[in-house]
Amino acid sequence: MSLSSAVITFPGSNCDRDAQTYLEILTNQDTHKIWHKDVLLPKVDLLIIPGGFSFGDYLRSGAMAAKSPIIDDVLKHAERGGYIIGICNGFQILTEIGLLDGALNRNVKLKFLAKNCFIKKNHENNFNKKISQDQCLSIPVAHNEGSYYNSEEGLKLLQDNEQISFLYCDEEGNTTDSSNLNGSLNHIAGITNKKKNVLGLMPHPERAFQDFHTSQDGQLILESLLG
Amino acid sequence: MRAKILIRLKKQILEPQGKNIEESLNNLGFDKCSNIRQGKLIELDLPENLEDRDSYIKDICNKLLVNSIIEEYEVL
Repeated sequence: MSLSSAVITFPGSNCDRDAQTYLEILTNQDTHKIWHKDVLLPKVDLLIIPGGFSFGDYLRSGAMAAKSPIIDDVLKHAERGGYIIGICNGFQILTEIGLLDGALNRNVKLKFLAKNCFIKKNHENNFNKKISQDQCLSIPVAHNEGSYYNSEEGLKLLQDNEQISFLYCDEEGNTTDSSNLNGSLNHIAGITNKKKNVLGLMPHPERAFQDFHTSQDGQLILESLLG
Repeated sequence: MRAKILIRLKKQILEPQGKNIEESLNNLGFDKCSNIRQGKLIELDLPENLEDRDSYIKDICNKLLVNSIIEEYEVL
């Protein structure tokens, strides 16, 4: 399937070029580059909100970016059923917009984490359908505020609606305390919205797909969407 | 008129910065400090004659300053 795409850049985004390369190589077509002050998105199938430190993480990570002019059209894109992947700071922005439920707090051990981690699929959706249930993906993380939080009721809704896409695990797929590197609630590494067309995840699949990367597992997420 | 808004993480949410401050204070010998939580204070000027000051502050908190999933606030 052919997949058209766009990447939004905010002041302080630093993974927008990586996201663009990830999309262009794997979809084999050009990606639209969008500035946060633009007000209209091109008609695309997939939008990536990239990682970085939008607006210097002032106030809360993603809080300022969530009020950028382009966001109205991001909401319309989601409402139309268009796909969105928010990676790292993109995930934080999506929770601040309200497209994804919950919030991302300071890592429990107060350390900026920049390392490879393992994640596995939990509930199946279009972002992970090419990943088998017992497969562990090795994907890098690089964040300071990645500890997923939701209220008890919020968490129950995520579970009931099967919105929990990815969990942190160890190399064998066990969800141990030590594999939950940032202290996320129930090991949550990535969730979708109720309609399952919007995914937010802390690990960076766009840093794990080329030959020179230490892992190529990140391509499975985009390949799942490509069908 | 100066408005002061104190924002903090809700009680049930772990606040790791406070825990670390507590540890450091304890290391310095201040072992009577416990249950430390760090919040943030935002100050801003509002016109003296603003009629609906309370609802105005409530609005800016709800729309930007506070994430009600994890935070609560009080106007000092």
